[in-house]
Amino acid sequence: MNSREITTHISKAADFLNVKKWDYGASFSNDFSVQVDKGDAKQLKASQKQVLTIRVWNESNLVGITTTSDISESGIKKALKQANIASDFGNKNESTEFSPLAKEPIKVKEVKKRNPVGIKKLLTLLREAEVKLLDSHESIKSVPYNGLSESFFERVYANSDGAFRSFTKSQAALYLYARAEEEDKKPRSSGSIRLGYGVDDIDIEACIKEASNKTISHLNYSPIKTDKYLICFSPESFLTIINAFSSMFNARSILDGVSLSNKNSIGEKLSTEALNIYDDGLHEKNISSSPFDGEGTPTKRLCLIKKGKIESFIHSESTARIFKTIPTGHAGLGSKVSVSPDWIVVEKSKGDYDLKTSLNHSNFDGEFVYIEELNAIHAGVRASQGSFSLPFDGWLYKNGNKISIESATVAGDIKYLLKNIVNIETNQEVTTSGISPHIWVDELSITGDA
Amino acid sequence: MLSSQIKSNEIEFGSCNKDLLEEIIFYGLGLGADFVEIFIENTDNSSVLAEEDFITSVSPSFGKGAGIRIFKDKRDGFVSTNDLTKHGLMRSVSQAIEMLDITDKNNRVLFKGLNNHKDYSSTKKTWIYEVPSIHEISEKLLVSNKSLKKNNKIITRKGSYSRNLQEVIIASSDGTYASDIRLHQTVGLNVIASDAQYRSNGSRRFGSSGMPNEFRFWDHEKAANDVFESSMNMLYADYVDAGQMPVVLANKFGGVIFHEACGHLLETTQIERGTTPFENKLNEKIAHESVTAIDEGISEGSFGSLSVDDEGMEPEKSVLIKDGILKKFISDRAGELRTGHKRTGSGRRQNYSFAAASRMRNTYIAKGEYSKEDLLNSISDGLYCKSMGGGSVGATGQFNFAVEEGYLIKNGKLTKPVKGATLIGEAIEVMPKISMCGNDLELAPGFCGSISGSVNVTVGQPHIKVDSITVGGR
Repeated sequence: MNSREITTHISKAADFLNVKKWDYGASFSNDFSVQVDKGDAKQLKASQKQVLTIRVWNESNLVGITTTSDISESGIKKALKQANIASDFGNKNESTEFSPLAKEPIKVKEVKKRNPVGIKKLLTLLREAEVKLLDSHESIKSVPYNGLSESFFERVYANSDGAFRSFTKSQAALYLYARAEEEDKKPRSSGSIRLGYGVDDIDIEACIKEASNKTISHLNYSPIKTDKYLICFSPESFLTIINAFSSMFNARSILDGVSLSNKNSIGEKLSTEALNIYDDGLHEKNISSSPFDGEGTPTKRLCLIKKGKIESFIHSESTARIFKTIPTGHAGLGSKVSVSPDWIVVEKSKGDYDLKTSLNHSNFDGEFVYIEELNAIHAGVRASQGSFSLPFDGWLYKNGNKISIESATVAGDIKYLLKNIVNIETNQEVTTSGISPHIWVDELSITGDA
Repeated sequence: MLSSQIKSNEIEFGSCNKDLLEEIIFYGLGLGADFVEIFIENTDNSSVLAEEDFITSVSPSFGKGAGIRIFKDKRDGFVSTNDLTKHGLMRSVSQAIEMLDITDKNNRVLFKGLNNHKDYSSTKKTWIYEVPSIHEISEKLLVSNKSLKKNNKIITRKGSYSRNLQEVIIASSDGTYASDIRLHQTVGLNVIASDAQYRSNGSRRFGSSGMPNEFRFWDHEKAANDVFESSMNMLYADYVDAGQMPVVLANKFGGVIFHEACGHLLETTQIERGTTPFENKLNEKIAHESVTAIDEGISEGSFGSLSVDDEGMEPEKSVLIKDGILKKFISDRAGELRTGHKRTGSGRRQNYSFAAASRMRNTYIAKGEYSKEDLLNSISDGLYCKSMGGGSVGATGQFNFAVEEGYLIKNGKLTKPVKGATLIGEAIEVMPKISMCGNDLELAPGFCGSISGSVNVTVGQPHIKVDSITVGGR
């Protein structure tokens, strides 16, 4: 059944149930992935998935929802019926409507169509990558986590008001996570991820090189003394922490009382004036971009922090109405609609600011801790309180030398962190979750073993 | 079995599908597979969210799908689909065969047909009618939320309920033919307390498997008091000072330390990856002699309990560590094939779209002989971890987990509350440091995410003392 047929079936079933107002989101995907173990195919996977989420509005304009993987005619009828029943329990205090932008034009990035390369080629490429990674250094004994996948999918949004959007795309991903072992030393491991629209877009050599270099560079490790340090966040780690505390910009979280911001926080100074943060789902480097959100609102670039101050929040239809603004293209599809950022872009704003510009991660010879990657975000972040305590991979730079840190955590408060930014380097780097330069923060607590 | 005998062209839940399943298995073996496994699932789920004094979300969902796994030598190919017709299932078999590049033909001689149907679901077919209605759930959540509003420092109150009913059919070329119905219910309460610049969270989750009436007997007043007190105790807490120190971990969810620090490293998937330091330590001492650890799937009502695992095997009680000596690994079909460790009824998956893997079920440290006070009295300066947050373990065996509610121990007594603590360490180093086990074993429900998705588990332990561990703080 194609998406137009689904729309027709829902429309017919809605008429039968006397449901006047409805919308739905659907996704259809075909995924293929491989894993290897020392040259042997370990697990080869293929999946065909379909998910349909239907919302209906009852006569009291209360919303009910149902999700199903059964997209047969009978499945659609059942889903609509269940959603109708669920609408009796719809939220009476906060209404949801169609997005006023659900029929606005959308920008779809022009991407050359990719065809499946097939399991056999995926397997061959991954085997070759594993061999090269194992051969790159004698201490690398295994690549315990690895995978190469390609996905082809379609997303659809339609409603009873005549809105209909769909887009198709493809995506491929490679991850290589190497483990190094040396006699009388603890094993070390590190990895790399690359995304592309298709397998042929992935720079496999760069992924191998990064996984190898990162793993090898941590072989000579030492414990670090517990203390407060000058910190340099890598682009990846800074984006990780901004995403972890994105509830600061999230209108839904603000309304729910779980954000550090409130309705009046627009204009609040969070950091140095040198900091700009955008959410830019349509950025040309965002492989995972989607031209519309779960409610059909077009995706767009949105400034979250401008010159250190909160500029705007991300919204669904209902939060935008409450805040007297327009939806921003960040919504999911639910009876209680969630919102989330797409692709964070961090930059140094234009102007002369009181920054310590001598702090550059490539040539600064004073003492600092370089945080390469933050781990266990789900366990160590208290977003509603602003606090974090996170294990990390990184180095202690001292007297021109860098020493891998054996095991340590960095702890602090997000507002303190943002207020204590002392430098924002000029060059931005692209990661899988956004773009950022290196960010320097003074006086954060590091707990080590020494 | 002849294909002409097939009565149905599509899998039907609650019916005998033996002929159809046999034909599909014959088909896979005929194409050269060593082993064919079919996992078919039908789900009927529902969730309800209450915020403050209102129901803000009711979300039913349902679906069906199949996961088909083919083994050839030690390789496996896995295909999942929503198409449960004979054509759809056979197409999945063909796709798996093609993926494995199988060219040998005709292994059907290995297959003598499916065994007699083991129907673990026969006493469970009424469960769907016995679980509370949305009306009943909503009312109880609203009453629970009201109980959370004990003073004006409580600024948000949430109560959530979810019910997952999963009907499964498992058939494979070793003759396995089983059906089951699984029911999991969870209730969560969560508050945020605030006073000027101070903020704290309080949260607790309760859950059961089977037991459709369980939610009706849930003591929401007691739960609400617990969550409220936790948030109040932590509201003005100072950040913990970082360092190495002895800790006492509370019973119930304190068991997450064993789950993360050691349990994952005893799964055969970790042996396959070469990421466990315990690979060659069978019958060797890996923990303090006071530690006996068990993983089992048979405690009635416990969140990680199973009548049959997702590969059709009844779960066994596995004593993993006995008096500090490593006795057994947690193994699934692929684990047995690739590592030689016998299956333990631990093949588990989130749903049909994941291949089963060796996963923990109800995992706990057995009770010892000490009281909680004995443990505290043995410490002059340390940390008491009353409530744990989530945790993780990395590819080198390094684990970490957050302490949600903690108190300093001074001269054997609990003193001021502290926040922001993270416990970090390595399994091989921490297990010998669990030196005292209390006599108050309790289990707690949770969710575990790993290679085969998120599965329901129980963690548990009595109060335990760890002689020294790194506490991350400020």
